[in-house]
Amino acid sequence: MAAPAVKTDGAEAFLSAFPEPSGEASWAREARRRAVERFRQQGVPVRRDEYWKYTDPTGLTVLPAREAAVLDTDEAPVFDVLDSLKIVFVDGEFSAELSDDFSLENVEIERLEDVLKLDIHWARDLFGVLEGNGQTPVARPLAVLNTARATDGVVIRVTGKVAKPISLRYLHRSPSSDAQIRHLVKVEAGAEATILEAGPAAARFNNVMEIEVAPTASLHHVRAQGRDHERQAVTGLFARLGEESTFKSFTLSVNGRMTRNECVLEFTGDNAVAHVAGACAGDDDFHHDDTVFITHDGLNCESRQVFKKVLRSGATGVFQGKILVKEGAQKTDGYQISQGLLLDDDSNFLAKPELEIYADDVVCSHGSTCGAVDETSLFYLRSRGISRAAAEELLVLAFLDEAIVEIEDDVLADEIRDRLAGWLARRRA
Amino acid sequence: MLEIKNLHVKLEEEDKQILKGVDLKVEPGTVHAIMGPNGSGKSTLSYVLSGREGYEVTDGEASLEGEDLLDLEPEERAAAGLFLAFQYPVEIPGVGNMTFLRTAANAQRKARGEAELSAAEFLRLIRERAKELDIDAEMLKRPVNVGFSGGEKKRNEILQMAVLEPKMCILDETDSGLDVDAMKLVAQGVNALRAEDRSFLVITHYQRLLDHIKPDVVHIMANGRIVQSGGPELALEVENNGYADILKSVA
Ligand SMILES: Nc1ncnc2c1ncn2[C@@H]1O[C@H](COP(=O)(O)OP(=O)(O)OP(=O)(O)O)[C@@H](O)[C@H]1O
Ligand SMILES: [Mg+2]
Repeated sequence: MAAPAVKTDGAEAFLSAFPEPSGEASWAREARRRAVERFRQQGVPVRRDEYWKYTDPTGLTVLPAREAAVLDTDEAPVFDVLDSLKIVFVDGEFSAELSDDFSLENVEIERLEDVLKLDIHWARDLFGVLEGNGQTPVARPLAVLNTARATDGVVIRVTGKVAKPISLRYLHRSPSSDAQIRHLVKVEAGAEATILEAGPAAARFNNVMEIEVAPTASLHHVRAQGRDHERQAVTGLFARLGEESTFKSFTLSVNGRMTRNECVLEFTGDNAVAHVAGACAGDDDFHHDDTVFITHDGLNCESRQVFKKVLRSGATGVFQGKILVKEGAQKTDGYQISQGLLLDDDSNFLAKPELEIYADDVVCSHGSTCGAVDETSLFYLRSRGISRAAAEELLVLAFLDEAIVEIEDDVLADEIRDRLAGWLARRRA
Repeated sequence: MLEIKNLHVKLEEEDKQILKGVDLKVEPGTVHAIMGPNGSGKSTLSYVLSGREGYEVTDGEASLEGEDLLDLEPEERAAAGLFLAFQYPVEIPGVGNMTFLRTAANAQRKARGEAELSAAEFLRLIRERAKELDIDAEMLKRPVNVGFSGGEKKRNEILQMAVLEPKMCILDETDSGLDVDAMKLVAQGVNALRAEDRSFLVITHYQRLLDHIKPDVVHIMANGRIVQSGGPELALEVENNGYADILKSVA
């Protein structure tokens, strides 16, 4: 069925606004061509689409992108507490000047635009492939657009245990930047790495990462999206997890006007583990959407989703999470919790948890709650002399902590806690 | 120390009068006990004194060292020296016991214009107090009351009291759920805090706690009022005969 004209016109507008990349190898051109085809078929998302019911995609689809003021802050960048290999993008463009040298033991890092010109490269098996697999049953057109047009980003191959995190830092300098970034990550068998992402990136940011975690490999991904108030972002994590692999991803979001984080994971081998977690805090016209789809197609795999949202003065939080257990994926252990903490009556939390199970020997549970700060706990803290405001802050941080503890590295977890405490402190009356 | 006059309290949301004229005066350095049948209003009295929401004072007054309590926020009452050991201590997942206690201790100090305790000073203080109550370090690291047994929760209440050093301590059924040894520890904890300028109001159903914490005065509360007051022998009478005789004699 052909998509309605508003959708296809929108797609055409994007395809002409972002020029077709040139000089690429034939496999890359082919991946782009197929993506253009998919994008034309799907069209841009509109509110009527089932998976955009709670989130108005207009900010992500208008052309030109709405401007976003650059936040003036003298705060230290989020992951500076840790020694890392820094790769910096300014308004979506790689900056060699601000980035560290790419050489680091047990990891090969290249720029996407270079890789796409090479006739032979492992990236061929990933680029547009995981994104393409992730298009059914739910269309993700903005990720398709990213495959069709994004040129900047990094291609990372991890071959052993990497001594320090690879830190992707996104700086926002132009109030009108409309950026697309694409990263490809392959963690080879037995290898282990941590990838960090931080920063507001652009006025509008479309960021997709395709990740292959090979058997027995392990990848930790910690992301901090903040803090420009007006920026809009859509992100896509597409990961394929092999036997006995581990993938853990945590996202902190503070502010930003609109964020849609899509995460599509597929277990293809047995005994693998994936945890995806998110903590977010926002106010006013903040709109934050986590849309997760996890497919179990291996034996004895464990997936865990923990999403916590603190919302105040009119903010909206959305969670759409699905666990699909395919036939034969026995001993699956799937857990999903999404919770909204509303600091006032004007804010909103909307959740759509889904389970679809075609195996009989599985344990899957999901829960979703939405409520205000617990009065009994508040009184208990105040009865010990803690002011109402401080008690409320303690309880908000405690609420978010269930997601934060999913971060394995304590230094990173504490850094996230500090940032959230800072967000609360700035709002203290 | 604590003075309550003709206190009338109803529920905010319902037309239900719970306290119907409570009069009570606790002198500095004394221990008062309140006993009384279930539902007579003992916990309500303790909540109203500490400032819990949901109650409406329709008449009467309550003051701590001459300062009107009823107009203060719960945290201000705590800083003024009031402490309630809860009948049902609250579990707070995600807030570490240690963080909680240090935040509380320093908030009170700050409110009173005193210097805050450094992390090291606080650690020393809490270790010492915890040891006296046989609370191990692991319990201090856990989230507030989460996964604590009934007895551990009650001991944790006394630990908070020992660290915060309030002037007026209200203990609401701190003995319920305690085994014999834990009861002794709790009583020791209370006795160690007894001082000329500190008073206790101990709500209990059983004489046994009062064997360890010797009260100066025992009150019987029934139907929202204190119906009889006397010496320690009153508690013995309740233990032996129940409330029937007392209630009949005051009816
Ligand atoms: N928030 C409330 N909502 C409804 N009823 C209440 C509330 N608080 C107290 N009550 C009622 O007020 C009365 C007194 O309760 P309270 O808890 O003060 O009794 P108590 O003397 O402490 O009893 P116990 O010995 O069982 O602990 C009871 O009938 C109780 O059900
Ligand atoms: Mg009671």
